[in-house]
Amino acid sequence: MAWHSDFDPIETEIYQRRLARLTFFVVIVFGVLFVRLWSLQIIKGPKYRIQSENNRIDLRDILPFRGLIFDRNGQLLVDNRPSFILGVIPEDTKNLDSLTEDLRRLIEIDSVMVKGKIKKALKWNPFNPVHIKKGLTRDELARIETNSLSMPGVIIEVKPERHCIYNTLAAHLIGYLGEIDREQLNRGEYKENKLGDFVGKFGIEKKWHKYLNGIRGGQQVEVNASGQILRVLYQKAAEPGFNVYLTIDKDLQMLAERSLYNRVGAIVAMNPSSGEILAMASSPAFNPNDFAKGMDRDGWERLISNPHFPLQNRAISGQYPPGSVFKIVVALAGLEEGVIDPNEKIFCGGSHRFQGRIYRDWKEKAHGYVDLHRALVESCDVYFYKMGQKIGIDSIAKYAKRLGLGSRTGLQLGDEEPGLIPNKAWKLRRWHVPWQEGETLSVAVGQSFTLITPIQMVRFISALFNGGIVFRPQVTRCIGREDKKGVFEFKPHVIGHWGLRKENMELVKKALVGVVNEPRGTGKRARLDQIRVAGKTGTVQVIALPEEEESVQERDVPYKFRDHAWFVAVAPAENPVIALAILVEHSGLGGVVAAPIAKDMLESYFNKSMPLRAREVLQDKAIKGVAR
Amino acid sequence: MFDRRLIHNFDWILLVILVFIGLLSVLNLYSATHTIRSMGGSQIYVRQICWFAIGFLVLVLMTTFDYHILDRFAYPLFFVSLILLVASLKMGRVTYGSQRWLSFGYFSVQPSEMVKITLVIVLAKHFSRLERMGDYRLRDLLRPLILIGIPFIMIVHQPDLGTALMLVIVCFSLIVFINVNWKSILIFLSTALLSAPFFWITLQDYQKERIIAFLRPDLDPLGAAYHLTQSKITIGSGLFWGKGFLKGTQTRLDFLPQQHTDFSFSVLAEEWGFVGSVMLLFLYLFLILWCLNIAKNSKDKFGTLVVVGIAASIFWHLTINVSMVTGLLPVVGIPLVLFSYGGSSVISTMAAMGLIMNISMRRFIFQE
Repeated sequence: MAWHSDFDPIETEIYQRRLARLTFFVVIVFGVLFVRLWSLQIIKGPKYRIQSENNRIDLRDILPFRGLIFDRNGQLLVDNRPSFILGVIPEDTKNLDSLTEDLRRLIEIDSVMVKGKIKKALKWNPFNPVHIKKGLTRDELARIETNSLSMPGVIIEVKPERHCIYNTLAAHLIGYLGEIDREQLNRGEYKENKLGDFVGKFGIEKKWHKYLNGIRGGQQVEVNASGQILRVLYQKAAEPGFNVYLTIDKDLQMLAERSLYNRVGAIVAMNPSSGEILAMASSPAFNPNDFAKGMDRDGWERLISNPHFPLQNRAISGQYPPGSVFKIVVALAGLEEGVIDPNEKIFCGGSHRFQGRIYRDWKEKAHGYVDLHRALVESCDVYFYKMGQKIGIDSIAKYAKRLGLGSRTGLQLGDEEPGLIPNKAWKLRRWHVPWQEGETLSVAVGQSFTLITPIQMVRFISALFNGGIVFRPQVTRCIGREDKKGVFEFKPHVIGHWGLRKENMELVKKALVGVVNEPRGTGKRARLDQIRVAGKTGTVQVIALPEEEESVQERDVPYKFRDHAWFVAVAPAENPVIALAILVEHSGLGGVVAAPIAKDMLESYFNKSMPLRAREVLQDKAIKGVAR
Repeated sequence: MFDRRLIHNFDWILLVILVFIGLLSVLNLYSATHTIRSMGGSQIYVRQICWFAIGFLVLVLMTTFDYHILDRFAYPLFFVSLILLVASLKMGRVTYGSQRWLSFGYFSVQPSEMVKITLVIVLAKHFSRLERMGDYRLRDLLRPLILIGIPFIMIVHQPDLGTALMLVIVCFSLIVFINVNWKSILIFLSTALLSAPFFWITLQDYQKERIIAFLRPDLDPLGAAYHLTQSKITIGSGLFWGKGFLKGTQTRLDFLPQQHTDFSFSVLAEEWGFVGSVMLLFLYLFLILWCLNIAKNSKDKFGTLVVVGIAASIFWHLTINVSMVTGLLPVVGIPLVLFSYGGSSVISTMAAMGLIMNISMRRFIFQE
């Protein structure tokens, strides 16, 4: 194919002329660049050569002050303390052998490893300090400072170190810091941070890292060959991070943790009319200060090999069958659906036969004729076997979901588990077998597949007593800075309403008051004299013991086969200001183990006089302090 | 039908210049990343070799068809590249806070690089069809301005201000080349300045911040101003002969965050001195002059304009980058095409070079 040129002769001439002009322009511009290079490299070159050899312009970071963490009453929980780091600038060292020898004499170091580290840095990055030892003691610091003149290249860096004043207090909530990893850097998750920075890795420290961190400042400085600053060329001050005020009450938190001392479990306390978490304890705990110092391998090994997983926050990620606490759900479902007549009396003979199997009541001696009120107060299993069967599993599951169980509460912390509410469809999907009617009976008394987290439990009991309002639990009250107070305040956040009939809820509430206050109530160990407490006990069978062993005493059962104890409570019942969910793993009956903890906590909470011993116990409670 | 004259007319000189620039680039990147382990540095020059290998392949591919096809399909091509640009805005990968990459599983492309070429093609088509010669008025420029405006706004929103700026400069060069009267240009510039505030309010805060940082790098004494000081020391300390390959102390000091991209020229200047930097400049000068020569020999307006547009792009990249690292212009973050590290940039530039080669090879198919 041939093309015809679309130029006419005049056009050709015009284009040629313009191209010539263009060429001229390009040559001129290049000329300017040549001249510039000549002036930089030839005329001013020697000056720059000297600068590049002797003096150098360097950037020094000014680290921001990380925001503090307070409790709801303004009590300081976490602050920063100076930590001293011994560093060596490889380029400035004279004799490596004598230097490492000198250092070894002053402080405890592995001189061979240190020498290797410095040698390697000498090759790659000789101007950046190599960190030899972190967290120097005052003694070591003094020894180095007095000898520093004879050891060129040795520097002391001061870095702020995170410090939890009460060590393990609210460890799972506060969380810890760790050195930023490459993946986080690549994802651009923490734009303000560089390699080597400590960033929030867990809990509130992670959740609000962006605000706590502050903004890095820096200096452009001119330094001489031995690294001393000759002058500061530019400076940009660092901006401190925002402070975080938690919703927890330090004293109540201490009490909760003390109650779990030497036990495995979780306690959550919440304000039923706002969703604010007043205490959130998980045992065993860890000490965030160990992370701030830079966790060594042994410490880390010990943490992760602990069979009780101290790093897990059981309050939000511990999933347990609800035990008899679930009877509240069944009662509400039955009342709403009209299946349960609250006045109808059902006979409990200590066991219930269904499809050829015997379903036992916890009380061998039987409850006799019970109505709904007594069934809840005495936690009669047979009553709920029968009702559960009548209501049906899918209806129970529907109500459990509606009451906020079996799904994440939306707390502002990561790692929350959803729990599980089983129904027919789930069974088929998960296990590929149809639902057995007998399983409905187990579900009705809170055993079987159902899984609930303590935080769901506390929100559930709160909603029952606040008229059915479901709040999003909150652990942060506000984020602010001293100069700009209350930059962001967290308001109560209503997620939904139960939408149940008031009279039905009143019936159940009355029964829960009875659980604690009536002579035959299973939760009577939580009773207080001045204040009316309402609650419900729960005991989770971890394993069904063979029948012949049924009479074995609790203390003879191996630890891992013992029951989990639940207790949920609110007080005062008429107008509750605090709701509690307590779970103690492998400890025994809810009414025996968990209810007294609730009593202790409520008593102190209302007396506003926290026993001081709580603090003493916490101080020496380390990671290892766990039941067996 | 294969025409033997195609082989005969193959532009070996252009190819040789490109091979030289590619070799220098790889050698220099090897040196620049010699110390940066933090970026997986040693891999970078290997990857650059791959980019060049792919680039030469693309270059050869771009010579296999008659470039008049591009004239015919200019608009569809332009729209395809715009769609890719929109896609990168909607679902692109965010790196360093801006969305410019479109990921296709194994590899990612930067559609804004592609737009640079298709826009030049579309403008060349438009201008080659104009009846009158020269002295164009503002209304003649309405369509080109819309064509430039659409990708410009999108790229600013990414925000990739360096590329947006280059787009405007290259198009503006083309407009000046076809000779619009100066009054129209002045009117256009003043309306652009007046409408800037309206455009400004459509931007998000972070986009505004980036534009301010782009236009006033001196406001950040710990960033750009520091880089400039270091860059001047680096270039200056190279003296006449340079410090020698892999012996650049400034480079070893790890003083610049982008010594493999924006400041790669400084690395060369330190290690190879005035001799080395002038040699590289001469290579580029030769490349640009050679392109203009091809433009001169082209027998149709479309071909001429495409070549001028692409040559303008190379010229401005080089001028702005070298002025920036030597302190003649503010540090605006524009890399040196072909020489700095960058896959999308190398491949798209090689594609553009293939197009020039194509035009150079087919000058004989015209009948007088």
